[in-house]
Amino acid sequence: MAEIRNYTVNFGPQHPAAHGVLRLVLEMDGEVVQRADPHIGLLHRATEKLAESRTWIQSLPYMDRLDYISMMCSEHAYVMAIEKLCGIEVPIRAQYIRVMFDEITRILNHNFGLGTLGLDLGAMTVFLYCFREREDLLDCYEAVSGARMHAAYYRPGGVYRDLPDTMPQYQAQYSRNARTLAQMNANRQGSLLDFIEDFTERFPQCVDEYETLLTDNRIWKQRTVGIGVVPPELALARGFTGPMLRGSGIAWDLRKKQPYEVYDRLDFDVAVGRNGDTYDRYLVRVEEMRQSNRIIKQCVDWLRKNPGPVITDNHKVAPPSRVEMKANMEELIHHFKLFTEGMHVPEGEAYAAVEGPKGEFGVYFISDGGNKPYRMKLRSPAFTHLSAMDQMARGHMLADAVAIISTLDIVFGEIDR
Amino acid sequence: MTPRLQRLSDTIEKVLGLKPVERTGELTLEVKAADYLSVAQTLRDHADLRFDELIDLCGVDYSTYGDRPRERERFAAVLHLLSVEHNRRLRLRTFCPDDEFPLLPSVIEVWPGVNWFEREAFDLFGIVFEGHPDLRRILTDYGFVGHPFRKDFPISGHVEMRYDPEQKRVVYEPVTIEPREIVPRIVREEQYGGERD
Repeated sequence: MAEIRNYTVNFGPQHPAAHGVLRLVLEMDGEVVQRADPHIGLLHRATEKLAESRTWIQSLPYMDRLDYISMMCSEHAYVMAIEKLCGIEVPIRAQYIRVMFDEITRILNHNFGLGTLGLDLGAMTVFLYCFREREDLLDCYEAVSGARMHAAYYRPGGVYRDLPDTMPQYQAQYSRNARTLAQMNANRQGSLLDFIEDFTERFPQCVDEYETLLTDNRIWKQRTVGIGVVPPELALARGFTGPMLRGSGIAWDLRKKQPYEVYDRLDFDVAVGRNGDTYDRYLVRVEEMRQSNRIIKQCVDWLRKNPGPVITDNHKVAPPSRVEMKANMEELIHHFKLFTEGMHVPEGEAYAAVEGPKGEFGVYFISDGGNKPYRMKLRSPAFTHLSAMDQMARGHMLADAVAIISTLDIVFGEIDR
Repeated sequence: MTPRLQRLSDTIEKVLGLKPVERTGELTLEVKAADYLSVAQTLRDHADLRFDELIDLCGVDYSTYGDRPRERERFAAVLHLLSVEHNRRLRLRTFCPDDEFPLLPSVIEVWPGVNWFEREAFDLFGIVFEGHPDLRRILTDYGFVGHPFRKDFPISGHVEMRYDPEQKRVVYEPVTIEPREIVPRIVREEQYGGERD
């Protein structure tokens, strides 16, 4: 009889379904995975070490580059940790803006995650649908910060500036006639809030479209139901958070359980799965998109009615306005100090976490009272999720390993940091 | 301290006989390396504590803390724990007794999710976790030398890598870039720039 041995397959680091630079060493018995050993660190940039040699404010843009699919949520955890250490009060309008953009980010992330999950399982159309809506939301990012993705919009003590009154518009081009152009710009005539409101009006129908393609689709169910099942005990033991934990039936959501900013004033539901498989997590994420849409609507309503400051007036932390700076000696000194030496954060340590789209994203600071953090630790959700890859993939087929990687919703920017 | 936090603090004191420190609404419990494993076990299993999730384990090198002479051990592991049942958080800190060979017991039996975090702390700080089944490097390159997050490791590293067309392979050479610091690190005294009396 021929000798049958297991063999090893190198999955990635250059593989379209590896979601970045994952090198997965799979030990296979035929087409069945016996052991999965993820090798990470190919995108390691030592963000935490770099932060030790930069001032508190200089490291903020690095946060966008961690999880480059959900940018502002990482920024949020970062500024919240600094605010906790300094004891800064954030103006209420800034809190609403942050919550609104957190939820926009959540839709961005789930849109991307759903699109790529579909793509990995062979559903091309849903990918195109998802990216259509994603583009509109990236325009919101652009309107508010000037950058489509790496926004650097949040600041310790608030946000960089108030919401703009105009939206960027499409320009004339040889391939667009005047009527098309007018159509494309139809919802961009008003302010950013008008545009977001228009988006929240049509987005539920878009989610319906995704669901029509997938939820009752027989092939989709065959590829996802019973794949990568995580029982609740395992999910807790492995430190799962976010949709990965909720998909297993544990109703844990920081926005409800340990509310930060204004989440306790907003009305939304937490989606919970039952079986902990890929299909349930898909349903949880779809429902989260609908709930995020609800939150955004409430924020838009509130923001319309309540103008006000968007950043703290503590000029040891936030820069004074240009006018004040030119007219007042004290403010000039503050401005100079802030932009040369940077802010000083009192000695101590703080951990702040947000319910990011992928799970709990936390930032832990140790400050020794300097103008730079002594140690920064980023707690990224995908890092813990990927570490359970071996347990989740064991006994599944190779093609299902792809589905599991995708349902983990991993981004290597934050795993490797 | 909020009543909620006070209750948790009292419970910990009653069960473990150790008093946690409170700051900015967070509790920090410091334990000796010898008690570390048993405390971890109690924190997870005791009905009033039930810290069933390990959120994070992070290595810290305290060697240049506050730019003043160090009073105690150099390396520490900081754990962030979460109790889903009681909706509480706790920070647990343990210093490694030996600075030359930082060694701690692994809590992988208590929280299996700590696996990669301990590998990370080993990789970046050189803290060895006794009892960890698979303590390999995780984030740095294959064959990397040193522990890059230690404070005495320069930010530009020790070696740089390039392709050598003559040897037809990648070679390592000492770094050629100078370390530079645009904004110097400053630790101000208390009340600097504040109101004078």
